[in-house]
Amino acid sequence: MENIKRRYSLAAPTMTEYVSTTPGLFPLPDWAKDDLSELKGHQKHDLISGDEDEEISSVYEQAREEVIETQQAAGLDRIVEGQLRWDDMLAHPLAVHDNVETRGIVRYYDNNNFYREPVVSGDLDVSGDVANELEAAAELTDDLQAVLPGPYSLADLATDEQYGDEAEFLGAIADFLAGEVDAFPDVETLFLLEPSLVENAPEDGADERASEAIDQVASATDADVVVQPYWGALEEKVYAHLLDADIDAVGFDFVANQDDNLYNIQEYGATGDVSLGLADGQNTLVEDPEAIRDRVDWVEEQLQVTEFETVYLTTNTETFYLPYAKYEEKLEVLAEAADLAEVTVA
Amino acid sequence: MSANENKDQFRPENHENDHFLLTTVVGSYPKPKWLNRAKELYQDPDHGFDEDDYQEAKDDAARLITNEHERAGLDVVVDGEMRRNEMVEFFAHRIEGYEFNGPVKVWGHNYFDKPSVVSDVEYTDSWLVDEYEFTAAATDRPVKVPITGPYTLANWSFNEAYEDDDELTLALADLVNEEIEKLVDAGARYIQIDEPALATTPDDHAIVGEALEQIVADIPEEVRIGLHVCYGDYSRIYPEILEFPVDEFDLELANGDYEQLDVFKDPEFTADLALGVSDVHVAEVESVEQIEENIKKGLEIVPPEQLVVSPDCGVKLLPREVAYGKMANMVEAARNVEAELDEGTIDIERDTAAPADD
Repeated sequence: MENIKRRYSLAAPTMTEYVSTTPGLFPLPDWAKDDLSELKGHQKHDLISGDEDEEISSVYEQAREEVIETQQAAGLDRIVEGQLRWDDMLAHPLAVHDNVETRGIVRYYDNNNFYREPVVSGDLDVSGDVANELEAAAELTDDLQAVLPGPYSLADLATDEQYGDEAEFLGAIADFLAGEVDAFPDVETLFLLEPSLVENAPEDGADERASEAIDQVASATDADVVVQPYWGALEEKVYAHLLDADIDAVGFDFVANQDDNLYNIQEYGATGDVSLGLADGQNTLVEDPEAIRDRVDWVEEQLQVTEFETVYLTTNTETFYLPYAKYEEKLEVLAEAADLAEVTVA
Repeated sequence: MSANENKDQFRPENHENDHFLLTTVVGSYPKPKWLNRAKELYQDPDHGFDEDDYQEAKDDAARLITNEHERAGLDVVVDGEMRRNEMVEFFAHRIEGYEFNGPVKVWGHNYFDKPSVVSDVEYTDSWLVDEYEFTAAATDRPVKVPITGPYTLANWSFNEAYEDDDELTLALADLVNEEIEKLVDAGARYIQIDEPALATTPDDHAIVGEALEQIVADIPEEVRIGLHVCYGDYSRIYPEILEFPVDEFDLELANGDYEQLDVFKDPEFTADLALGVSDVHVAEVESVEQIEENIKKGLEIVPPEQLVVSPDCGVKLLPREVAYGKMANMVEAARNVEAELDEGTIDIERDTAAPADD
């Protein structure tokens, strides 16, 4: 399958389309930080439960409208819901699940950020939490992009007390995510965020299962699926297996690592579309749009044989790490860089 | 009992036991409610409460908490960091080269004003000398000065200006060195460098060591330098940290119920150990007996002359009466263990690896 796709992308005399987007998980606007602190509190048991009251919901609704308008004003090609309710970051879809218990506060990868450890203690049936968010966002935009943790990362962030076996647990997580995707409204693109593929790389056997799990989630939608690993480059074998999944694009964190990412593409080829993490989602230094465009050119020069149908331009990571005003500036830079790239190529 | 001059300089003259387990705190302490109120008034543009009024409120609070530490019986006191808001923000406001762009999430709805380094960092006015001089004048006891270390200052900031975080860390280490020199000139003899970020990225112990070498260069031997690290996997930094040029390691261990104690048994712990004997994440005062048991855990690692007793971490998030109760019980427990040591009734075998020439 992947070979056919790659051959097609090489042969097609297409012009590359540059699509500015983000991996979602935005910072809350400052007023919403204040209001929600007040309404929800600061402790572990005050975090999002999935059945929040009307007052809290309305703050999130207003904040969602604001971040969608911000993306539209910036001129982004894909609009995300913002994942403002995701107190537990990528662990959110489990943290609000009825058959998941949340325990202590644990570190979120190597960051000074923390989430509640989700402990799966019952069957992971369909919850519909993320679909509800997307339904609301779909009212506000026609360019909607869904965001979910990839199955490997979600399993990695969680603790299993139900399935008892690593492979079975990953399968259950993939089933669960596929069920969530199935409930989504129509979206243009689905981003599956997979930092754990880099941060806690799967060993032999597990790498193939990770790819199968991703394939299963991707198959649940007709939308274009982008799998975005970050905080470095994938190990070769992990990347090679990932290419076997029926996905449209793999993402590359060129902020954290250039050489190994290039090497992977040169050695193993790529999907027909690609996602380039070129703006730093974790630093307030705002890049020049021209510099981002130059980085796109640079990547394309290094990969002379490859021509992509679609190049997604994005921050390498989520942006909730940034102060709100800096996050807004990053969006503008991405939108402008995509416009510049189109012009250059044409 | 062998001597430990560096530690014994803080032994009170009228100390009741032959053994001396120095008791102290990590630094922060709950702020009196009226101090928070005073801050609100000061920030309210419609109110006449001005800078001098707020300064006076902070002075009052610093004196109050210093005295509260004395009352609890601590051998070495701190002002409870009454003048500080947050451990990175406070210093970033005083260092040239930093700017603030708004709050960022730590977890849930807990935020902090994570600053950005936008140009070369520079030392201008002293950060802590006024605080130290005020506290030292408010008490007869020795005063410890906690100061955020350069690695944490770098790691918990956005780095826009330096090639990488290591370079920023070393640039900040020079500034911390300058500040410590000023504190020493002002009379400070006990400095604690706080590096909680080391626990988040344990692979970076080499750069922390390099920064510490820079920090202690030209600081007289008799000045006691401690390093506080908390909430991490210590096996990833031990024994490498023993190479750090510090007199004391101040470690959180009560929170994990001493699960990580064995990490420090091999190789032998050669520095002084300031052992966390009270869990600052539990809003209940541990009994004196419980704390005595905790202190004895430390004796499995170091002999009494190398042991210092303190809570796991800053206690600022506890209710004030709980914080006080923990301090008072901690001191009572330390004195009881000292008495037992004097009587020779404690039989704890340190099962550390014996030195080769033993």
